[in-house]
Amino acid sequence: MLSFDVLFPSVLNGLTTGAVYALVALGLTLIYGVLHIVNFAHGASLMVALYAVYLLKTRAGIDPYAALPLVVAGMFAFGYALQRVVINRASHGKDENILLVTLGVAIVLENLALMMFKSDTRTIDTAVTLATVPIGPAMLALPKAIAFAGALACCAVLLWIVGRTDLGRAIRAVAKEKQGARLMGIDVEHVYAMSFGIGLACLGAAACFLLPAYYVNPQVGGGFVLVAFTIVVLGGMGSFAGALLGGLLIGVVESIGGLFLGESLGQIGIFAIFIAVLLLRPQGLFGSRV
Amino acid sequence: MRDAVGIAAFAAAIVALTAWLESGVWLTFLMMTLYGALLAQSWNLLGGFGGQFSFGHALFFGTGAYVQAIAQVGHGANPWLALPLAVLAAAAVGAFVGALSFRYGLKGSYFALVTLAFAEVFRILALSVGFTGGGVGLMVPLREGAANMQFGSRKGYVLLVLGFVVAALAVTAWLRRSRFGARLQAVRDNEDAARAVGVDPFATKLGAIVLSGGFMGAAGAFYVQVFQYVDPAIAFGPHTSVEALVAAIVGGMGTLWGPLLGAFALHALADLTRNLFGQLPGLNMVIYGTVLVLIVMFVPRGLAGGGASVRDAWRSARRSAGHRDG
Amino acid sequence: MAEALLALSGVSKAFGGLKAVQDVSLAVPEGSLTGLIGPNGAGKTTLFALMSGFLRPDAGTVRFGGRDVTGLAPHLAARAGMTRTFQIVQPFAAQTVRENVAVGAHLHERRRTAALAAAESVCARVGLAAQLDKPAADLTVAGRKRLELARALATRPRLLLLDEVLAGLNPQEIAEMLPVVRGIAADGVTVLMIEHVMQAVMNLAAHVWVLAQGRLIAEGTPAEVTSDARVVEAYLGHGTAARLLARAGAAPAGQGAA
Repeated sequence: MLSFDVLFPSVLNGLTTGAVYALVALGLTLIYGVLHIVNFAHGASLMVALYAVYLLKTRAGIDPYAALPLVVAGMFAFGYALQRVVINRASHGKDENILLVTLGVAIVLENLALMMFKSDTRTIDTAVTLATVPIGPAMLALPKAIAFAGALACCAVLLWIVGRTDLGRAIRAVAKEKQGARLMGIDVEHVYAMSFGIGLACLGAAACFLLPAYYVNPQVGGGFVLVAFTIVVLGGMGSFAGALLGGLLIGVVESIGGLFLGESLGQIGIFAIFIAVLLLRPQGLFGSRV
Repeated sequence: MRDAVGIAAFAAAIVALTAWLESGVWLTFLMMTLYGALLAQSWNLLGGFGGQFSFGHALFFGTGAYVQAIAQVGHGANPWLALPLAVLAAAAVGAFVGALSFRYGLKGSYFALVTLAFAEVFRILALSVGFTGGGVGLMVPLREGAANMQFGSRKGYVLLVLGFVVAALAVTAWLRRSRFGARLQAVRDNEDAARAVGVDPFATKLGAIVLSGGFMGAAGAFYVQVFQYVDPAIAFGPHTSVEALVAAIVGGMGTLWGPLLGAFALHALADLTRNLFGQLPGLNMVIYGTVLVLIVMFVPRGLAGGGASVRDAWRSARRSAGHRDG
Repeated sequence: MAEALLALSGVSKAFGGLKAVQDVSLAVPEGSLTGLIGPNGAGKTTLFALMSGFLRPDAGTVRFGGRDVTGLAPHLAARAGMTRTFQIVQPFAAQTVRENVAVGAHLHERRRTAALAAAESVCARVGLAAQLDKPAADLTVAGRKRLELARALATRPRLLLLDEVLAGLNPQEIAEMLPVVRGIAADGVTVLMIEHVMQAVMNLAAHVWVLAQGRLIAEGTPAEVTSDARVVEAYLGHGTAARLLARAGAAPAGQGAA
């Protein structure tokens, strides 16, 4: 079981999934870092993006990779509106309220999808679906290879936005010191909504890379939400490096876990890590003391 | 004691209603509403009174359900004997999760996430292990008779769940007038201040989660008796967790009658929409989610709590109109 | 008087690079009313936290009633007879005044009715009788301070640690509060107060400790301490001591140094 020929492809697969996970987690950790809210609707939002990619392919014939700008823009707008119109208004500033509101949004999104699409699992076929790429002794599915490269590229873009642009500076200012930022003339509400929008835009990108190699049904959000939280908690809430590293790590753990324990039982490894981190080191690898 | 009288009156009213009703549809509505109330009351003990929001309360429900089913299917036990086992097992799981979480000071979102994670772990385990029947689930054979906790008519089930609901009401009322309840709410409102006056937050929260888990276990056992079937998705899936917390919040957290009110409102709404739009899968949950968001937005103290705040506002308006005081 | 009720020995606490409390030793005699003063940021509240178990010292010991209670959990310290209040008041906002104080009373009263009755009598002592059924969130600052005091008092402490119980009160409210504190001490409760309001310290405390930048820089009677040059410098900066000494004859009794 431990032979290199078996482990290597598993690790490789894990890394490709992990890269997409990292992108998903980056969005989540950005939202937490700036707005200090735990977005329970993150998984459901990814599901929405996946359906968007699915529909664009099956109804409009647009390839997921070509649809990237569209889906990213759409998810950004969705996120901006969601934060501005619903989450902001409903929370009254109390943390527990935000928790419940994002949960409510998640429930609504998931079940609207259930109503519209039924619980069937759907996949798409693209030009690259069956192609593979040789890496060492393994043959990696091309969609996964693209996912790996694409997700990492998006991570880089996100980090560039936050690190180098004016918007990024404003975001970092609000994350660090809301009142001070406001006094400097920064429109905090706008920055909040922008951050939430960017967080969901990451999901849009992730969906474009994910669907060709994966599938969509109304329940996928639930699975992703826990994995995303595991990564964010493992990496440290608000830490980008943590989300990146954590994502890759969790992807590999999931893959290896599946190798040894079968697909469903293998997931337990992730939750075991999650619970262990929460109990033993809640600030994660790179986060500050909780 | 006002609470005791209210609870007794409520119980009497339901018994009378049950005796009088003949329609299967109405009896089922009554049964499911009371069942929903039980879920909400359980959640309310930990969430409303203890201030610890669990997003994975199905963990305890599923434990109770599986113990109830396995005791009968695997060991031929009488369901009335299995019931206390189910409750104890669920309470024990509550103690386990609580000890782990509260020992490490988990609260707020982190606690909610941990409960979610545990529910998922149990779901996966139930899928993978043999004695739970795996993905196929367990079916409790039909053996009608009160001695076997399977009733010919819905009426028996209504009275059974009513018993649980009344027990939960009694425990909730006890929380409102006991030292333990006072300490629990103190920990909820301000943990540091509570510690400063001698309250042990760990022991208090642990007690709450054990009580809450126990009642959820009873609800799980009840479910198995009514539907004679359980599988991992039903036992540990998000549906039950969501129903418990939405009803409690909509009705009013930390109140005596809130969960009952919330369960009734949600079920009535669900039935209404089913009559209007037909049986669409997912519709119920869309409504629950929307109601949750709306309630948090506009009536955060819930129907019962909102009612209380309306009543307080009315009283203080009259008072200040009458005479000016601080 | 045998061993002091509360004895700190070499207590230190640092947060990262910041030395919040450095090598503090003091002894609070039983039955006394004493004060802990010092400029903002001196570490007074941190010291209270170290005494009552909210923080664990990096070094040193805390002995209470002859027992080593260093690092003992706050609720156990309270059960042993040491109760603290908070500088930033922490009411149980959703509950009434009576219910708030009853939580404190429950430390010794098991039954609800007894606890509520005890709460009522404690509230009467501190002047909250008229507000028993008001939600704590509706109280004024003065009311909340009294509530904080009442709740702590309801635990029937041997030692009451009052953290700036007069902060934010106007002169009339202060004048109303002073006899309450004096009354508590007269009933046999040992009181240690952190205070900025010098009027209170001068009026009430028999003995005062002065903390500055985490260190104990002076102790003695209020008169001794306030005329100590080191203390004046700690509060008002270098060179002020001489200026104040020059004015001491002409000026009326001090109105508050910080």
